[in-house]
Parts: sequence; C-alpha cells; structure tokens
Amino acid sequence: MRGFAIALAAAIGLVGCMEVEQTIAPPKAGKYQGKPDTPPWANEPLAHESARWTRGDRASWETQIKTRQLAQHEDKRIYQ
Amino acid sequence: MARMKFLCDAERCIECNGCVTACKNENEVPWGVNRRRVVTINDGVVGAEKSISVACMHCSDAPCMAVCPVDCFYKTEDGVVLHDKDLCIGCGYCFYACPFGAPQFPQAGAFGLRGKMDKCTFCAGGPEPDRSETEFRKYGRNRLAEGKLPACAEMCSTKALLGGDGDVIADIYRERVMRRGRGPEAWGWGTAYGLPGRGGATPAAPAPAQTGGKS
Repeated sequence: MRGFAIALAAAIGLVGCMEVEQTIAPPKAGKYQGKPDTPPWANEPLAHESARWTRGDRASWETQIKTRQLAQHEDKRIYQ
Repeated sequence: MARMKFLCDAERCIECNGCVTACKNENEVPWGVNRRRVVTINDGVVGAEKSISVACMHCSDAPCMAVCPVDCFYKTEDGVVLHDKDLCIGCGYCFYACPFGAPQFPQAGAFGLRGKMDKCTFCAGGPEPDRSETEFRKYGRNRLAEGKLPACAEMCSTKALLGGDGDVIADIYRERVMRRGRGPEAWGWGTAYGLPGRGGATPAAPAPAQTGGKS
C-alpha cells in the first residue's frame, strides 16, 4: 500500500516535469512562420474604380500599376 | 517588375507633411504611431534646409527580418517587406535593427507597455484576406490589391515622394535631375541612377519569387 502511494506521488509529481510542445509545428529557423499572404493580382479590380486587370494575371496587374506610376511624372501626365 | 521602392527628392520636399497625413488617414493609424514622418536637416539655415520623407524603405536585405526572433517578417513577390501581427511579440529588436526607425510600437497599456509592431506596408496590407475588414484593422488599406500605389506618394503635392517599381521611379527621377541641370555630379550618382552602359549600374536579373521566405 505504501509502495503504491509513493509510486502515485512520483507519477503525479513527475507530470510537472513534462515539456509540452507549445507550437503546432516545430519552428524552422530563418523561415517565415506566419500566415500565407495572397498576391495583389489575385483579386478582382474594384467595380467602381478605373483600375483594370485580369484576376490572377500578374502581367496585367503590373501594367495597371505602371500606368499609376507614370502619373507621378509631370511631363507624362500633362502632355499625354 | 523589379522591386517596390520609395524615393524622396529632397530638392522638392517642402515639409508639408501631406504624406504623413495621407498615411494616417488612409490606414487609420492609431495615436502615437507614425508610419511615415518628415525629417528636416539644417532646420532654419537659409539655403541649407532640406526635408525628406522617411518610412520603411522595404530593404532588399532587410535587417528587421534578420533579427526577428519569431520570424514574423516576409517579403512579397514585389519586394514589399510585411509582417504577421499575430506572430509578433513586440520585443522591439526590429526597431533597433532598422536604420530608418521604421518599426513603431503603439502604447498598449500603462507603464510604457508596448503593443505589436506597426510599420509602413507600402499600402499592401498583410497576411489576411485582401481588402477584408480584418486586414484593414490590423495592417491598413491594401491599395496594391486595388491597383493603386501608396497613398503617401500619390498624395504628394510636389511629387517629391515617388513610390512604385524601383526602375520606373528611378527613370522619373533621372529625367528630373537632368532637366534640373545639377545632381549627376554627386558621388555615386552613376551607380544609383545612371543608365546601364553609360556609367550606370547594370540592373540585376530579377530574383525568383521569395514569398514566405527570408531574403
């Protein structure tokens, strides 16, 4: 009976020494650990905006962005 | 496309803080956090005063990414450095590593308790569904997903602050400086803005997509 009590106390006591894994997956040093992000061209253009590109087509989105970029150039904006 | 960059022309910046206001308004940035700010040197010295608008410069080899102990930073395929606020522990290492003082920390409670890091996102949101309420609340507006450029650059009244593909804005800046008639004599001009084959640097081939990884 005494032996059983000692074994039980040891079992309960040693449970506190157990190291529980805190992360879902083991971290990989130097790699992004957060949630994935979607690229901007994976969205439909807003209906009420003048922006036009094809969803999922990076090249068409880049064309749209380049048009906006050139609007920062006074000469191109004024004389076009 | 190369890499999304900001370029501020110190000859044009008039310290109006329009970029700061545009950023605060567009992203509803909380009190005490300035994702963008205007820095003035030689303040009050006639002829020598210059202002420049500074925010996250979306470094090609970002030191904040290198020092983050929880690896919450990532770089998009357009070269925009973003982070996951759900993972950030607000330790402040990125603030010490950043040469521009870009990472900001909202005061989350009494006794100077810091919140999670907040910084310029190049108006590209973060790792939440694009253009969602959650993304806006955590990271601000995702203008790139709307086919637009950052609000600060598009709102700049003198067009001192340029934002977009590094090659395109460098072309705009080069044309300005050539027309201005002074500037190319500055040390390092050819390397930074010179045309390839005419004393300028040859643009490197675009790196493969690095989404999800460190630079």
